[in-house]
Amino acid sequence: MKTRYSFGGDEHIFVEVDEEMSLEAFFKSLSMTNAVRDSQIAGITEICPANASFQVKFDPDVIAPDDLMAELKKFEAAAENAEKTIDTRIIEMPVLYNDPWTHETLMRFRERHQDPTGTDLEYAARINGFESVEAFVAAHCGAPWFVSMVGFVAGLPFTYQLVERSRQIEVPKYLRPRTDTPRLTVGHGGCFGCVYSVRGAGGYQMFGVTPMPIYDPKGEQSYLKELFLFRPGDIIRFKAIDRPTYDATLAAVEAGRFTPKIAEVTFSLDAFNADPEGCNAKLLEALDG
Amino acid sequence: MADTASFEVVKPGLSTTVQDLGRPGFYHLGLPISGAMDRFSLIAANRLVGNPDGAAGLEAVFLGPVLRFSADATVAVTGATMAPKLDGVEQPGWAAFKVAAGQELSFGTLKAGARIVIAVAGGIDVPEVKGSRSTYALGGLGGFEGRALKAGDVVKIGTPAGPAKLGVAVPEEIRRQAPAGGTVLRAMPGLYWHRITEGSQRSFFEDTWKVAPEADRIGYRFRGGRSLDFVPREQPFGAGSDPSNIVDSCYPYGSIQVPGGTEPIVLHRDAVSGGGYFMVGTVISADMDLIGQLQPHQPVRFEAVDMDQALAARHAEKERLDRLAAFIAG
Repeated sequence: MKTRYSFGGDEHIFVEVDEEMSLEAFFKSLSMTNAVRDSQIAGITEICPANASFQVKFDPDVIAPDDLMAELKKFEAAAENAEKTIDTRIIEMPVLYNDPWTHETLMRFRERHQDPTGTDLEYAARINGFESVEAFVAAHCGAPWFVSMVGFVAGLPFTYQLVERSRQIEVPKYLRPRTDTPRLTVGHGGCFGCVYSVRGAGGYQMFGVTPMPIYDPKGEQSYLKELFLFRPGDIIRFKAIDRPTYDATLAAVEAGRFTPKIAEVTFSLDAFNADPEGCNAKLLEALDG
Repeated sequence: MADTASFEVVKPGLSTTVQDLGRPGFYHLGLPISGAMDRFSLIAANRLVGNPDGAAGLEAVFLGPVLRFSADATVAVTGATMAPKLDGVEQPGWAAFKVAAGQELSFGTLKAGARIVIAVAGGIDVPEVKGSRSTYALGGLGGFEGRALKAGDVVKIGTPAGPAKLGVAVPEEIRRQAPAGGTVLRAMPGLYWHRITEGSQRSFFEDTWKVAPEADRIGYRFRGGRSLDFVPREQPFGAGSDPSNIVDSCYPYGSIQVPGGTEPIVLHRDAVSGGGYFMVGTVISADMDLIGQLQPHQPVRFEAVDMDQALAARHAEKERLDRLAAFIAG
């Protein structure tokens, strides 16, 4: 890992912790952004952690850019040695895979796809070496996912599956981005999953849809008073559901009766690296227990 | 006066939204700052009608709305050159004028620039969301019901705070010149600048680009310059296969991404907060307002500047605000 610092104009400092994605890079980035937040340096207006990098926005009328740059670099050594353990939450997200709405959309944009003759699920299953879509879906919801970034649009989580690199699902993005993606589509691009918080453009492969809102601009859902559900460091368990369960959940959401299943957990990167399956089993136990 | 001063939207224009100075503090959750694309014009319009700098006004792009006022009001229109009219009678731009109850405010055709700002004494009275009245239309948040205005909307006006500066227009030399022939946008190279070859680093700043039709509050796209060549590398894990891809990162406001190396996109007030495209650098803060006044097909050149030049330009914009303050006080 080699950390790289760059000014983004006169109001941002961009810090790339590593060129490639890993949980180690994410934890170092998270640790540095936490240290920046705790430092309460005057003039910093936004602190944005990302997958393997982060960004700080500042007011150069309050702090000189070179001074802030020097301050940020001081946090690097400590972040390297920081304990890679966080208190966080695991959140269950029901998913109707292979649903009619993303299916309709992916058929509409087929000429922008690598494989115009199949579906996104069939394509992702094949290029990742799964013998069937069912086996692919089982892997997708078989291990939990880490929220390594929130952004692109309001409340959208980027997710990274908690499995060894050899088992990571990787798919290219669409050849040309779609102009439409159904709200609450569960997608994947590169090594990252995502859940589209709003309807709009998108380039990720589309696998299914969740009935559970994750962003509520009006703050009407009981669990979305703060408007956003996810923050970096959250853990998601995708749970495959059938159409009747989807319809029932959606009805509960619309009646304001739905609350997601959430449990408090501790995640330790060292424990995960030592025993990924055991670590994941404990996370899921917290949810099901 | 009744406490329900308002105006009715007779025609909404192309896209007219409620905007103030924005909603900082939530970019880490993907919620951009929003607010007026041309902040100087919003501040000027607010000061003309006696509002605080951050009061909410309307921003209209390319085509003005038609508004019918329910009560007497004081209005100022700044930004693009597009003549305001009261019941069809032309009014001065960059100046406060009185509107009588029942009168209609409409606009002539766009002569220069892209966006007008309409300030009303008392400000636009929509609920604050996360500390701002700005509209973030992509996320359906803030402003008037989270969207651009539609015909038939009735929009409330707040209670006027201070005295308006009636009858005198902001002098030309205080206003920013609307972009004409060749506009220069100053940018600091950086971020993933090292990903392109030296030849492309030169051509990016040499070439003349043109504003593409895909130019909105999220970002401005440019085309017409030479494609950029990438320094060869094995793509890092998680970045995606295209050489313009990176492991998804944050995007600074003003950052210049070039998907596929072909068409630069400069992110603006409603920016997507992050994604997987490399960026060559960032337009400096002093030139962000200017972008909001660019029309499609206008020629633009990027000029490389360093931090000292960026800060000097920022200081010059501060001085413009000081001259505006002196004018309002005078």
